[in-house]
Amino acid sequence: MAVCTGCSLLCDDIEVTIDGRRITKTKNLCRKGFGRYRSLASDRSVRRVDGKQVGIDEAISRAAEMLRDAKRPLLFGWSCSTLEAQRKGIELARRTKAIIDDTSSICQGEIMDMVIREEIPSCTLDDVRNYGDTLIFWGCDPSSSHPRHMSRFSYFPRGEKLQRGHEEDRTAFLIDIRASPTAKILSGNFVQIPPGGDADLIDAMLAVLDGKIPRVRDKKAMISMMNTLKKADMGVVFPGLGLAYSLKGRMDRLKMLVDRLNETTKYNVIPMVGHYNMRGFNQLLFNETGFINRVSFADGVDHGPMYSVVEASKSCDLALVVGSDPISSLPAGIARALAGVPMITLDPHRTLTTELSRVVIPTALSGIEAGGSALRMDGVRIEFDPIMKSEYPSDEEVLSMILEEI
Amino acid sequence: MVSAMEIYQLTPKLNCKKCGLPTCMAFAVALLAREKQIEDCTPLLEPKYEAKLKKLREVMAPVAGATETGLIIHEDRCYGCGNCVVACPVNVANDPKGSAIGLGPKSDKVILIVEDGVVKCLNPKECRRFGPNRILCNLCTATCPSKAIEFV
Ligand code: SF4
Ligand code: SF4
Ligand code: SF4
Repeated sequence: MAVCTGCSLLCDDIEVTIDGRRITKTKNLCRKGFGRYRSLASDRSVRRVDGKQVGIDEAISRAAEMLRDAKRPLLFGWSCSTLEAQRKGIELARRTKAIIDDTSSICQGEIMDMVIREEIPSCTLDDVRNYGDTLIFWGCDPSSSHPRHMSRFSYFPRGEKLQRGHEEDRTAFLIDIRASPTAKILSGNFVQIPPGGDADLIDAMLAVLDGKIPRVRDKKAMISMMNTLKKADMGVVFPGLGLAYSLKGRMDRLKMLVDRLNETTKYNVIPMVGHYNMRGFNQLLFNETGFINRVSFADGVDHGPMYSVVEASKSCDLALVVGSDPISSLPAGIARALAGVPMITLDPHRTLTTELSRVVIPTALSGIEAGGSALRMDGVRIEFDPIMKSEYPSDEEVLSMILEEI
Repeated sequence: MVSAMEIYQLTPKLNCKKCGLPTCMAFAVALLAREKQIEDCTPLLEPKYEAKLKKLREVMAPVAGATETGLIIHEDRCYGCGNCVVACPVNVANDPKGSAIGLGPKSDKVILIVEDGVVKCLNPKECRRFGPNRILCNLCTATCPSKAIEFV
């Protein structure tokens, strides 16, 4: 059995048949995961320093030299690396007095912070499968982002207490701004809201819990939904990127709703983390510094919004990017600032970021060419072995080599 | 998907019973259920019905790809999410340690399985829509986010 690192479900029931380095057949991988396995043979990055192809030693020395000389380096990415590589990354940040940040800083960071600090209750996906009878998918479209979420854990499978699966034992609601593919499955319980309407919806839900009339168009539907939510034996909220963006800076609203629901019954929250090991990085950095992201080691440990990738891109004098493509994913102005900084990039694939980097070090695809471990979106640690030999070193190996030279 | 009415429009409408059925409408229904072949309607093979025959072959082409139970898979639309695999009552009954609890199938008696990112149909005859005790089960289509499975 292999593990898929295509998303943060880290499906560990994957069967793969290989012939040398060619994947001839896979079972149980969804289309997204299959795409990751197939990317083995396409668009791999090439090792380069200043545009010239070089040997591994030269690339490592150049990267180490640049990191040594930098006054304010930024180490960014991390959510597509193993826990072992992330640990080396945090050590490298300490040694080079760098700013370190990961992709959670621009997506699920706020909710993940509450989960890791245990300010909001959470549980494992196995608990959801066994006991989660009332679900709220909020601002997410699992059918597209985490294709096997509903079939492996949340809605369709039978669980210890829920022998009849979705047919009778589970109820799921979807709250979103658009009728996504998931809305096709949950059409009877789809609550469509206007963009940015999440806080208003929470107010309406809280109003019903207070016994007041909610200020929404369909009052009956809202009251009936709240009655169902209150009847849950174990409810679970799955907040997605849509909710994270809409409630930015006001995540206490979600917490308030979950706290109120917890006065009557049990409710948990599992953020729909995208990349396969974002939660791993957040947990590791938290264990070491007390913060999940946006940390500077320039003078002890410091934390704050000025150390987010968005701010640090404008103030750093060097960026080490690991397994991420910030030039494509950051807002244009910030990407432009980062593109003006010398970059060292570790990535299995060619991206806009590798194209603009001074040093490019191709690495192995984790789960396929390299082993290690990672934290699933619910914090459960999943270990994996490589399924084939590879000419590429893992992120962990490259970071160890750089550390040795510093 | 083509309907019996559309197929009927493409028959000779003679009600000649040469196909063994009382009416052309009955033949259309039987054709859709794959109980009859286009060629069973011999008048349709005459030159004057050439255009109708050509059109009928066209509309029946996708149906020809269906399994005996009439299940058609549109691979290009499938997400490989496995909702159908886990929801299918036959999969659940035959594979309690695999698809019933959300995992990839561990039994070879399942109907639906995901391979190379898309759904495949392994044992169509096990489907509850098939055979003498057939029922109109629709769990695989109702749980699909993309209409990648259809029945004709
Ligand atoms: S759901 Fe995610 S982890 Fe599971 S097979 Fe699909 S991409 Fe891979
Ligand atoms: S119709 Fe029912 S029994 Fe047949 S494949 Fe679909 S879910 Fe399974
Ligand atoms: S046919 Fe539909 S439900 Fe089944 S795996 Fe494909 S997308 Fe999912």
